[in-house]
Amino acid sequence: MGQVDEVAILGVGMHQWGKWGRNFVEYGVKASRDALDDAGVNWRDVQFVSGANTVRCGYPGYVSGSTFAKALGFTGGQVASSYAACASGTTALSIARAQILAGVCDVALVVGADTTPKGFLAPQAGDRHDDPDWLRFRLFGATNPVYFALHARRRMDLYGATKEDFAMVKVKNSRHAVHNPNARYNKEYGPADIDNSPVVSDPLRLLEICATSDGGAAIVVSSMEYARAHGHTDPVRVAGISLTTPTYPDVILDLPYMASDSAAVTPAPDLTFKESVAKRAYDEAGVGPGDLSLAEVYDLSSALELDWYEQIGLCKPGEAEQLLRSGATSIGGRIPVNASGGLGAFGEAVPAQAIAQVCELTWQLRGQAGARQVNGAKVGLSINQGLFGHGSCVIVTR
Amino acid sequence: MAKTRVPAVEGLFTMDEGDPHLIAGRAPNGSYFFPKDLGGSDPYSPLGPVEEVLLSNRGRLWSYTDSRYTPPPPFIPRTEPFVPVVIAAVELATEKMVVLGQVVDGVTTADLKVGMEVEMVLGTLYEDDDHDYVVWKWKPVASNSGGD
Repeated sequence: MGQVDEVAILGVGMHQWGKWGRNFVEYGVKASRDALDDAGVNWRDVQFVSGANTVRCGYPGYVSGSTFAKALGFTGGQVASSYAACASGTTALSIARAQILAGVCDVALVVGADTTPKGFLAPQAGDRHDDPDWLRFRLFGATNPVYFALHARRRMDLYGATKEDFAMVKVKNSRHAVHNPNARYNKEYGPADIDNSPVVSDPLRLLEICATSDGGAAIVVSSMEYARAHGHTDPVRVAGISLTTPTYPDVILDLPYMASDSAAVTPAPDLTFKESVAKRAYDEAGVGPGDLSLAEVYDLSSALELDWYEQIGLCKPGEAEQLLRSGATSIGGRIPVNASGGLGAFGEAVPAQAIAQVCELTWQLRGQAGARQVNGAKVGLSINQGLFGHGSCVIVTR
Repeated sequence: MAKTRVPAVEGLFTMDEGDPHLIAGRAPNGSYFFPKDLGGSDPYSPLGPVEEVLLSNRGRLWSYTDSRYTPPPPFIPRTEPFVPVVIAAVELATEKMVVLGQVVDGVTTADLKVGMEVEMVLGTLYEDDDHDYVVWKWKPVASNSGGD
């Protein structure tokens, strides 16, 4: 049994990822209406809207909960809006869960959407010498792919990972994405395609780094009682949510910082930050890595997917390449990872991405994933990480 | 006439050309933070004044990469067309922490290896008609290249 009561996922919906260039609200509304239809819930019966914010679409994006509520039609319901970079979607889901478990509401809509500019994500304008995110761009030109590449190089040096291993992640995920109508890229890539794409940050090539995308995703969640009363006899359930911060000292340098913590006096904890993010969700859900049917992990780069295998406990540190090469993480393997195609096939629509991961798990656990179905899926984990040390992980069961 | 050398951002490092150091904070229990005022806190340290200290200016490569495309603002490209910058994360033995920085001119990722010893020097980040805006850069100790 888990440590925290469960809530039901009644419906999920998405707007296809792409570079559509339209208002983010449109994507969120489309995803919300699909999720409501899927749930069989009338919008006017939704008591609480939990919006995941975007910082790229002006003021309406900063107060996304009411922006989406107005677009769907104001009903006098309750609302929250939250921002936590890539962890925004999980934060929004966690607020909805808390409201339901506290008995404040019975049924809630969680929604996030984004419209992104072309190219690198960059800090906000201004001259801010007290902002680590600004400083890393000004002083080093350290874009996000620079950090992804630092971690890729560590794998090569510590574990003997090769550029071919990294490319294989992209090849695998692109094969999955061929069958996903919500993905931005449905093309199957081969190793030669990746090798022919330009290096962005050594050793990572363009096709191995996630693009920035437009997209929207939404989930309708409710209390278990509400689900039963409305004919959902065996819904997918949210069994664990983790929004874990690092434990001092976090000695692994990561976005957007210029320096890691210091372990000179206080020793580093037994679990690394990302391991601790997964552990919290496992503990809440009362399951372990061996119980997983599939996982959706944040492959901001191909190489980062391999780090996640170890951080969520699918294998020991240094064994991810072996697990990948064995085929275990492909659909049809023992523990498929990124059956959706992952960020490599979607690109990142920041506030929608963690919600989209849960949408995929929901379809998989219901057996509705079509040609990318993971047979007999019962337990799914999604994990990502917001900037500034903002962990994000969800476990769903059925 | 030589341009005036000024720090690209004040307060992060000393301007001693021959022996530059990063300016860090040190908690009452001895834990280090960089930058001094942005580096967080050690929750296991008693509260008290944060002492200003200079970090070791030698360390070993924890990892490294480069940026082949022009980074977006607030990065200011030094040259047109853009020349890729090499970036290193360096582990300081005494402080047991990892610090980022550009690598000196003339070194590529092919010249680097994790574990390699590097030292801190001052190098030009960008310039205008009157000033060189400098920042700390990492330079392989064995290498004869760099210094700009």
